[in-house]
Amino acid sequence: MRAYVTYLSKRLVQFAVVVFVGINITYLVTHMTPIDPVEQSISAATSFGSTSPEAIEMMRQSLRQLYGLEGSPWEQYVSFWKRILVGDFGPSLSAFPTPVSQLILRALPWTVGLLLVSTLLTWFLGNLLGGLAGYYRNSRILRAFGVISMGLKPIPYYVVALMLLIIFGFLWPILPISGGATMASDRSNTLAFALDVAVHSILPVLSLMAVGIGGWFMGMRSLVSNVVTEDYVIYAELAGVKGSRILRSYVMRNALGPQVTGLALQLGAIFNGAIITEYVFGYPGVGSLLISAVHAGDYSLVLGITTISIVAVSATVLLIDLLYPLIDPRVEAH
Amino acid sequence: MSALKIFRDLFHYNIEFAIGLILLLVVLTVSVCSFFSPYPPMDVYVVPPDVPPSWEHPLGTTSRGQDVFWQLTFAIRNTLLFGIVVAILSRIISLFVGLISGYKGGWVDRVLMSINDTFVVIPLFPILVLFYFIMRDQMSWALLAVITALLGWAYDARLIRSVAMSLRTREFTRQAVFSGMSTGKIVLQEHLPFVLPIVFSTTMNNINWSIGIEVTLSVLGFTDINTPTIGGMIYWANQHTALVSGVWWWITFPVVLVIMLFIGLFLLAISMNEYIDPRSRLLRLGGQV
Repeated sequence: MRAYVTYLSKRLVQFAVVVFVGINITYLVTHMTPIDPVEQSISAATSFGSTSPEAIEMMRQSLRQLYGLEGSPWEQYVSFWKRILVGDFGPSLSAFPTPVSQLILRALPWTVGLLLVSTLLTWFLGNLLGGLAGYYRNSRILRAFGVISMGLKPIPYYVVALMLLIIFGFLWPILPISGGATMASDRSNTLAFALDVAVHSILPVLSLMAVGIGGWFMGMRSLVSNVVTEDYVIYAELAGVKGSRILRSYVMRNALGPQVTGLALQLGAIFNGAIITEYVFGYPGVGSLLISAVHAGDYSLVLGITTISIVAVSATVLLIDLLYPLIDPRVEAH
Repeated sequence: MSALKIFRDLFHYNIEFAIGLILLLVVLTVSVCSFFSPYPPMDVYVVPPDVPPSWEHPLGTTSRGQDVFWQLTFAIRNTLLFGIVVAILSRIISLFVGLISGYKGGWVDRVLMSINDTFVVIPLFPILVLFYFIMRDQMSWALLAVITALLGWAYDARLIRSVAMSLRTREFTRQAVFSGMSTGKIVLQEHLPFVLPIVFSTTMNNINWSIGIEVTLSVLGFTDINTPTIGGMIYWANQHTALVSGVWWWITFPVVLVIMLFIGLFLLAISMNEYIDPRSRLLRLGGQV
């Protein structure tokens, strides 16, 4: 138990460091760049037609407040942290006066659902097939799968999503290519609505899986092909333990640890991919919100999404770390 | 073994290496062609627009009156260059952090690695988008390269650290310490050569990663869209709704070429990894590990 507490406190400290450094990076980006975002916005707003100097001065004042550029650098820094700790990013500019937090909360379930389904499916299938490929090394189907998934792995999310969009949008239009659900759908019929959401999520999930699965597959294959040569596996084989049982409880179980740690390390990249995928398929999640916020020049929304995604991703990593001892009990023994 | 012989052996016995090299050579050839382009990269309406692939314009022309092939040569050159610049800059950071962290150990290691893990964990894409949001029109190709390098060194620094850690306990390190070598000298002269193979294979993956970032950001229009890059080409094609209006060649050829680049670099990286790890080389030869 004491070992678990030590492990837990280490992970908590790391979580705090990640959030602290991450938020400081966003502070640096927004406050230390030589560009004055206020002047940028003003020049963008006044490029069409003439505006009176008084109006520009008023605009400058309110924008400086919005960007948190009032007061000494230390005061700016403190108020930046205050806003983030309370989760108050002020009203959105593009959807005034809706608060930013409300917009994000509305989009979050879509992103969480998409990420949860696609990540779990990718991880589970990739590891299962990779484990089988490492154990049954002569299987042709698994080899072919390895080649295909390896070919897709290095391609960025955007390109894969675009390819799927071309295939299912123009060449063979059988799946919805845009949105999270049918526009004017009746949400009272829960079952039909759930089905509608599921059908709309097929292409986004598929493109996230296509990119992600190769990494887990290859990782698990090489881990398993190392484990199968261990003495205890050979002993189990000689003792007549069933093949399926050896693979499941002797081989895969031991190879699973690094893959769980790998999942924690990959989450940030997977989240990046989800943003792009949402944009390509017009999925109403946080990623689409972020990109439309940039196009609309909505500073508070962009800042809000950036900081919330940093906190959310590192919190999920913490959760995986806390569950890790369930898979590898040795953590507690150390 | 000389470098040339390793190269020849890899080409003969490692199919991944051979395919990767061929793909990369094709991409390089296309990018070198940019020096012979009859049209300046930024000029529009130099050829009739929307011409499908033909003898005169082998890959067709865009709706902006540019020849797709010649446009592509500039785009792939800039994209490739972007990846290489980011890789070089981020290699310097990851070598510095990895070698120092692995050699020093103790609290230096702990502090550096928790910063390192932060960069691995946090989602970098929103930060890059935020950066673009602040910079807007000031966003240039070089600036994006620097900021991408500043964000993308962490994963490889950890790999380098793990090698450096094992070197720390070796005899020659102890001897160097006793003979009064400074930390900087030990790390640079004694340890650097050992981590170079890993650095090379991670370079390929890092180039891939940074080009992915560049393509994605420019497709969204979040970079300097006036420098021709692969992402920029797709951006302009999307702006002119090329797919809907049937100008498929405008979007297909850049995508195909950049996929060739991704797969080529990736194959080179995994075949190099295999070469570095002798166990997998033995497996390939049919031996027992």
